[in-house]
Amino acid sequence: MSTTLPGYHELELDAEGFLQKPEQWNEELAVQIAHESGIPELTDKHWQVVRFMRDRFLTTGNAPSIRTLGKESGVAIKELYQLFPKGPAKLAAKIGGIPKPHGCI
Amino acid sequence: MTRILILGAGTAGTIMANRLRRLYAAEVRDGRTTITVVDQDDEHLYQPGLLFIPFGGYTPEQVVRPRRAQLQPDVTYVRQGIERVATAENAVYLSDESRLPYDVLIVATGARVVPGETDGLTGPGWRDKVFDFYTLDGATALARKLADWPGGRLVVDIVEMPIKCPVAPLEFAFLADAFFTERGIREKVSITYVTPLDSAFTKPTCAKTLTHLLTEKGVDLVTEFNTGRVDGDQGRLYSWDDREIPFDLLVAIPVHMGAEFIARSPGLGDDMGFVPTDPHTLQSTVAPNVFAIGDAANLPVSKAGSVAHFEAEILAENVRRFIADEPLRPDFDGHANCFIETGHDKALLIDFNYDVEPLPGKFPIPGIGPMPLLSESRLNHLGKRAFKWIYWNVLLPGHDIPGVGPRMSMRGKHPLSN
Repeated sequence: MSTTLPGYHELELDAEGFLQKPEQWNEELAVQIAHESGIPELTDKHWQVVRFMRDRFLTTGNAPSIRTLGKESGVAIKELYQLFPKGPAKLAAKIGGIPKPHGCI
Repeated sequence: MTRILILGAGTAGTIMANRLRRLYAAEVRDGRTTITVVDQDDEHLYQPGLLFIPFGGYTPEQVVRPRRAQLQPDVTYVRQGIERVATAENAVYLSDESRLPYDVLIVATGARVVPGETDGLTGPGWRDKVFDFYTLDGATALARKLADWPGGRLVVDIVEMPIKCPVAPLEFAFLADAFFTERGIREKVSITYVTPLDSAFTKPTCAKTLTHLLTEKGVDLVTEFNTGRVDGDQGRLYSWDDREIPFDLLVAIPVHMGAEFIARSPGLGDDMGFVPTDPHTLQSTVAPNVFAIGDAANLPVSKAGSVAHFEAEILAENVRRFIADEPLRPDFDGHANCFIETGHDKALLIDFNYDVEPLPGKFPIPGIGPMPLLSESRLNHLGKRAFKWIYWNVLLPGHDIPGVGPRMSMRGKHPLSN
């Protein structure tokens, strides 16, 4: 649906550019999604959060909340907001190639 | 002898016990199979009723019945707290230090709200201008408050996901609009719905068909608000990124976690105390003879009674297969189904699963209904109110609801084009 990722036309993305199939994700793609989302460079701290987010989703089927990220990813909440402006959980999910957090309606 | 042990006598545990009792009627009668259920008290709460209590729709007495009475007589009921599960020993230790060994364990201890996880939530103003309605105490205290509240800024805040019955907070906002309208003070009340998600309606078809409801009911929306702390004295809600929302009355939906004993049982739960579970077979990934059902499981599905009901039919079959040494069936599809109260005696009805979002159509009989999906109707409201009878008399005894199978049906539904 989205054409914001040149060279990745085979990807299944939702209207906002979230990967629909986490298995299509790779690190190169993460860098590109981050760039498109206004994060020019992924630092080690960024990767730490993105990997935590992705691992947690793949093992539990649920993306962790901001509070859990702050408690367990090793990066404090204030810093999360600096790394991923506005919505750390949502943006880290997008970069980590997992679906957008949603409710049931 | 086969010992089946069920932890929790709420919706999921009660349905499971009664279904398994029927499945193994002869074996239970002659003692070859035992079915034991453990819970810490004898009060089975009809949780869908909590939404109506703050508005005087039910009294506390109308939503509680004894747990024991919902279980078949030859199911053993143990009223005791749970200390921990020792999966390596195939045994559960209770609060009185007694030990219950099992061959099959079913964890059905649900989810609980933990307001203490949020800074300030239970501080000054708790149960005075800061409330929850996901507990009987909270809903009852809120009913007393709302009865003569003069008006002001009402804020409904989902602290974080996942929560039980994810639409209940929105229903609360809609019912509040109707309630204050009927009390004649609607113009003195502002209602703000605050969510950590990026919309009140996160599924495309729902966003398309339901967004108008917020405007119609005068509910303001704040999205992507991750609650960091509450200041009850000043009447302020703060997000982690330092946004603030002033309130005169805060109705918070606190952090949810699994039962406390799960954290005391090595390897049984994730960091939130939910049991890692296969989304299709309902077998836990903890041990082959441990299963989880309902809110206690960590499945990417709504934490709701209808889900537990649909799971129960599939889990009963998989427990039978496990005991008979047959392969489990990966049959659970994430089916959920619920009424959404929109106020003024109307409600919506939604039906969906892991892969298919809620769609418009007719339910339960395709093309005929009589209940319309995804649009407001009085009939859906009557359905929701009638559901209380169905809950105690059909659901808990473990009967099927005619025309509503465990797997979702696409018949009679109309996908909307983008």
